[in-house]
Parts: sequence; structure tokens; C-alpha cells
Amino acid sequence: MLTHAERRRGIACGLTSFLGIALFAGAPIAVLLSWDVESTQTRLFTAYTWRILRFTLWQAVLSTTLSIAFAIPVALALARRPHFPGRLWIVRLMALPMGLPVLIGALGLIGIWGRQGIINSLLLKLGLEQPVSIYGLSGILLAHVFFNMPLAARLLLAALERLPAEYWLLSAGLGMKPLSVFRFIEWPAVQRVIPGIAGLIFMLCATSFTLVLVLGGGPAATTLEVAIYQSLRFDFDPPRAIALAFLQIGMTALILLVVITLFPALDDAGATAGRSTRRFDGRTLPALFWDVLVILLATAFLILPLASIVTAGLGANLWSLVTSAAFLRAARTSFAIALAAGLLTILVSLAIVAAREAVADMKRPGRTAKGFSALLGGTSYLVLLVPPVVLGTGWFLMLRPLGDVARFAPALVAAINALMALPFVMRVLAPAIETHRKRTGRLSASLGISGLSRLGRIDLPVLAKPLLTAFSFAMALSLGDLGAVALFGSSDLTTLPWLVYSRLSSYRTNDADGLALILGIICLGLAMLGTAGQREAKHG
Amino acid sequence: MRRIALSIFAAATGLFLSVSAHAQEKTLTVYTYESFVSDWGPGPKVKEAFEKTCACKVDFVGVADGVALLTRLKLEDENTDADIALGLDTNLISEAKATGLFEPHGLDISAVKVPGNYSDDTFIPYDYGHFAVVYDTKVMKNPPRSLKELVDGDPSQKIAIEDPRTSTPGLGLLLWMKSVYGDQAPEAWAKLKNRVLTVTPGWSEAYGLFTKGEVPMVFSYTTSPAYHMVEEKTDRYQAASFSEGHYIQIEVGGMLKGSSDKDLARQFLKFMISPEFQDVIPTTNWMMPAAETSEPLPEAFGKLVQPKKTFLMGSDEIAKNRQAWIDEWLTAMSRN
Repeated sequence: MLTHAERRRGIACGLTSFLGIALFAGAPIAVLLSWDVESTQTRLFTAYTWRILRFTLWQAVLSTTLSIAFAIPVALALARRPHFPGRLWIVRLMALPMGLPVLIGALGLIGIWGRQGIINSLLLKLGLEQPVSIYGLSGILLAHVFFNMPLAARLLLAALERLPAEYWLLSAGLGMKPLSVFRFIEWPAVQRVIPGIAGLIFMLCATSFTLVLVLGGGPAATTLEVAIYQSLRFDFDPPRAIALAFLQIGMTALILLVVITLFPALDDAGATAGRSTRRFDGRTLPALFWDVLVILLATAFLILPLASIVTAGLGANLWSLVTSAAFLRAARTSFAIALAAGLLTILVSLAIVAAREAVADMKRPGRTAKGFSALLGGTSYLVLLVPPVVLGTGWFLMLRPLGDVARFAPALVAAINALMALPFVMRVLAPAIETHRKRTGRLSASLGISGLSRLGRIDLPVLAKPLLTAFSFAMALSLGDLGAVALFGSSDLTTLPWLVYSRLSSYRTNDADGLALILGIICLGLAMLGTAGQREAKHG
Repeated sequence: MRRIALSIFAAATGLFLSVSAHAQEKTLTVYTYESFVSDWGPGPKVKEAFEKTCACKVDFVGVADGVALLTRLKLEDENTDADIALGLDTNLISEAKATGLFEPHGLDISAVKVPGNYSDDTFIPYDYGHFAVVYDTKVMKNPPRSLKELVDGDPSQKIAIEDPRTSTPGLGLLLWMKSVYGDQAPEAWAKLKNRVLTVTPGWSEAYGLFTKGEVPMVFSYTTSPAYHMVEEKTDRYQAASFSEGHYIQIEVGGMLKGSSDKDLARQFLKFMISPEFQDVIPTTNWMMPAAETSEPLPEAFGKLVQPKKTFLMGSDEIAKNRQAWIDEWLTAMSRN
């Protein structure tokens, strides 16, 4: 129920954002394509390139398998113990790694698992000769499990909690053994969602950048994204960067295709529902012991690195750090970029939503209109296909002839961050606006409320919350991001994560720890603001 | 607050132009590697000493390491702010000259005293040192006595090395291996790889890992133990003397063609080989001075490893092969 003018405006907005995004992502790709391809082709298929590709996929397979393999017992144990003390907090703890900047997480992991960390000193005391290495493949896997196991466990737990309570009554009535309960009730529920979760985690791990950069420790453990970054920043070898960029796009396209066609979409509704079910199984002592052990281990695995960030951070001289010129400058840059990225992504999402709404509102949308609507939906996921490093590389090469790239860098980083946040922001905003329109659209049309007064009186009061949610999430993402800024970072453009990274790599760890704590708190705060709003929006 | 609001607006509309600090009166911008500008490095003292003589401001910009310095200059091309690049080494000078970004200094450099017959019209040496594996005597009872022993030794005794794509010590190790192993270098690297804990982008990172006890060996210089003897009064950290001989590094500085004040840049290069600058080098950069110092070196320098043979490749040969050798290195190091 839109007026003609509104519909036209919606389409125009959508068209503008589509063109904007297409230009922003398309231009660098065109530049990459037009570069001297001759030398590129010969370079693309060196043994080194293949090894990187193989390693990228291999570590992603291992990370996915390990994350899910650990998540299953954790989810089963938590599902079996609805009244476990502090269970709500444990489930909330599992949401934390999602909001934590990857770099900060890596720092916490080094604190616990590094050579001087408590795990290794414990193992050495137990008589182990070789310490666990946080560098190379083992470190990357450890970090990927830290970030993705809780995600998988939460989604699995949600799937288990969706099982009707009658199942448990019935299984108790039938006197089913634990193995049978697993085989006939739990496994079928878990198995349905595993492919979707695996697809998601695989994608996240295959495009992992920051963790590999910090923990990789050499050419043997390098992913495509890091290799692109290195060939530009280390070698200044554009043909190689371009060749790798195309390999990366090809790989992600293939993975996306497989994930989308083979695996069902993830239904994360009720991921935080936390319904309490009565369970009659697992009453034996060994079963209780096992569940408590699993839950405690998982909690320790997650909480120790976080605790190490806090304790190490408090050890730094926080006050002098916060008042230092370097920090203030980086904080100003970071917030300016994050605000710009947040605003931009909200604007673009609103435009896309408006356009899709306009198309949906047409009485008989033509094929073009429908296609356009679908295209817009797909555009928001573009960043999954063309990773930030590739975008950055293209823009870098494009702007270089125009002068000092550092001058354009803040705008570029903000735009790339906005694009990165777009899929998440769309996920929050699109359903909220759709529901809101269904509820109020006809009424306001019949009352003749439109334009600004509708925006102020009807839309904003309801949509303020999801907008804030989306905005704070986008800001958290941008504040914690190292991927986009890594290509451009210099003494002229320093963001908070870049500051942490450069302090970390020059082993001024005290500073890095303090900065990490501050940044971690800011990002977690923003992300929690986001998820808290989301939860209420869901119930409302 | 208004600045922030303005920049948000500008960034959101894609017109963000950073308010770059306008060039102040007489500022000399020196690009160098990170350890040079750190608080304990030569940077602060050099800055102070030169500013006294020039009525100008010295602005140091630190990058990870010497090779990264060259890469950064290539990236920035003619738009670079740098007046001086300090911290390339002789291995890189052909490649650096090929960029066309540097200008011959036109100075008399007879004061320079470094091993070999050094002469170049563009780059001036400011210090030198022999590369070496430095080890922790508390952990390593039997350090390697040759490059071959390092390669073939116990893989559980790790070493931290630098990346030749960013760091001059990293490149030095690559060339040392090439000098000793020749065509067999890839196989040797594939073997050495098992002893490598991590490959860092610069010398500071690797040395930081070493002093923190994360790794018992690090690729550094024969002069590094002098630091621990002088500053920490300990001979716990020692350089291993290798029977094949040691690769030498001669660090150089040069002026950029695009420098806004070439006289000032030239004045800095002249200062670089004067006793004031050279006095600072041994006990802050922990390298051998490249010209006269006003006082003799600390006693600790007499206890250092004296290489029997010195390797140094011609920089033209390196310029021709660097990319191929680095590819070779990447391939060998990524072998699983």
C-alpha cells in the first residue's frame, strides 16, 4: 500500500544503492582484470599458489570438523541439563566470541596457549617435552575452534531444544537407553542442522584473514587472503596479487554455490530461546559426571582466553595508554570510520528494503522488477564473494596513479566495512521493517499519513530499536576489523585494531594488552547492545 | 566534535580527504626500520644531535624492516614524503636505484670504512655487521657450529627467522644459504623449515620472541651479544660462529629525488658519517660503525665472534635473481 510516488522513490533508492555497490565492487575487479594478464597466467599456477590453495581448504576442513566435533558433546550435555547452575550464563558466554574482534581473541589465546601460557607450563610440569605450538596450523585450528565451536554449539543446542517435550516423556516411558536416545532422538535433530552449520563455518574459516596473519608464522601456513595481502604489502607484486585474488573469488564462489545448493538454509530462530524442557534421561552418576566435565571444559576453554585478556590488560598502564596521543588519534579515526560505515550500511539497507518493498507492492511486477528485487537481495551478500582484501587490492591499484593512496584510505575502509556489515544489517532490518509494514501499512495509507509524519509518528518509534541494533552491530564490526585496514594501514592511517596489531608485532605487548582490553570491551558492549535489542524485537 | 562530525559526513559521501599535516618549516622526513626509531634505538639520539645543527625538525617514519622500506617507497612512488631512506643494505642498492626514485649524493665519502671495496654514488654506508645465529646458552648446550649443522640439527630446537620479503636480515639469510648451498638451497630450506618456529616480518619481532624465551635461537648479528654484555651485564646470549663464514650486511642511506629540501637531505647524509652519528651506532643499533667514532668501542665488542670468511653478493646479481630466489624460498617453506 504505497503511493505511486513512494513506490517510485523506493525503486530509485534501490537502483542507486545497487549501482553504488556494483560500482564499488565492480570497478576494482575491472581494474584487476585489465591488468597485464599475460604474466598473471604464468604465475597463477606455481607450486606455491597451489600449496596456499590446498592449505586454505585443508585448514578450513579441519577447523570445521573440529569445531563441530567439539560442539556436539557440548550441545548434548547442555540440552540434557536444563537446570545446570549458571547455564544461562554459559549459553551467553558462547555468544561472546562472535562479538569479539578476532585480533583480540587471538591475543587471549596466545596468553593461554603460548609457550609462556598456563597450558604449556602445566603440560611441561606433567612431563611433556614439546610444548603445544600456537604458531602455524595448530594455532590457526585452535583459534578457529575458539571462535566457531560456540557458534556451532548454540545452533545445535537450539535444534535440540526445539524437540517436543513429548519425545522425552515417551523415551522415558519406553525405557530407552542413552545410546538409543542418541540414535533415535538426538542424532536426527542434530544431523539435520549440521550441514548448514558446517557450510557456514567452512566459509568463515576459508576466508579467515586476521588469525592466519597473526598466528600463521610463515609461508607454510598461509591462506589465500593473507597471500594476497603479502604479495601487495611484502612483495609489491600486483600480478601475483591479482592472480591470487581471482583464485580467491573462484574458490569462494564455488564454496558458496555448494553451500547454497546442497545445504539447507540455517534456521536460527530461537537460538536464544532457552526454553526449559524436562529431561528424564542421564540420571546416572557417570552420565552426570560426563556432562559436568564437558560443560566445564568448554566453559574453561572459552573463559580462560577472555580472562587472560582482562588480567593482561589490567596489568598495562591503562590511564597513560588512554591519554596517549597515539591512542587518541587511533580512537578518533576508528570511531569516525565506524560511524561512517554504520550510517552508510544503514542507508544502503534501507534503500534496498524500500526498493524490494516497492516491487512487492506492485500489483503485477514484471520479470524485470522481480529480477531486480532478487538481485538486490543478492547484492547484500556480495562481500562474501569478493572479500575485503580483494576489494582493497583493486581500489589500491586503481587509486595509485591518482596520488597518495593514504588520502583515500579512510573512505575506502569505511565503505568496505559498510559492505562487510551489510548482510548482517539486512538480516536485522529487513524482517523488522516487513513486519512493521504489514501491521501499519494499510492503516496509515487509509489515514493518509505519509512522508515525514509517517516516519516520525509511526515508523521511528517501532523501528528505532532494530535500527539501533543494526547500527551498533555494524559499528562493532567496523571497530574490530583489521582486514580492510591492513592493506592501507600506515603511520597516516591508524585504527585501534591496527594499533594493537603493530604494538603486538613489535612485541610491545604491555601496550597491546591494554589496548586489546579497551577495544574488546567497546566491541562486546556494542555487540551486546545489538543482540539485546534483537532478542526483545523477536519477542515483541 | 565538529571535526568528527565533518569527517563522518565527508567519509560517508566518499569525499574524505585526510587533513594531512601541512609541510612545516624545514622538516626532514626519514623513512627507516622500526628498531631504529624505538626508544632504545639510535633514532631519538640521532634526531636530537642533528636537530641541534640544522634548525629543522627530523621526522622518523618506521616500517617493519629494510626490505619493507623499499617496498613502501615503490608503493608510494613519486608521491612519497620521504627525504631520506635509511636502512636499506648493499644487497638492495641495485634494485633501489632501478626505481629511479633516488638521487646521487655528490658527497665525498672517503671517511667511510667498511669491509670490501665499497663505492657508490647514491648510497652511503652508516654501519655494518655480520649476520649470525644468536642463541640462549641456558637452553642450547650445543649450538650449531656451521650453517650445515643449523640445517641438519635437531628440529625440536627452534629458531625464529625473518621474512626475506620484508626484512634485510631475512634477505641476508636467504643470500647466505644461497652462497653456501647454491642450487641445493631449496632442499636445505625445506630441511631448515622444520626448525623454524615462526617467520616474522622484521628483526624486532624475531628478537623480541627470542628475549622473551619463546625460542632458543634467532637470526641476528654477531654484534647482538654486545648489547646483552653492555646493557644487561650478562653473557647468556651468544652468537654462533659458523665454519663456512658469515654473510655481511652493510646498511646504507640515500636521498630521494623528490625530496623537498635536497640541501638539508645532503646535510643529513654528511652528518651520517660524522663522529656524532657514528658514536651513537655501536651502543644503540648494536652494529659496527662505518666511519670514525670519537671514542673507542666498548670492551664487549672485542669479545665478539670474528668471522674467518665473509660472504657478500653483488647487488646486480641480487637484483636480477631476488624475485626468483624468493619464489624458491616460498615454495620450499610451504612444503608440507
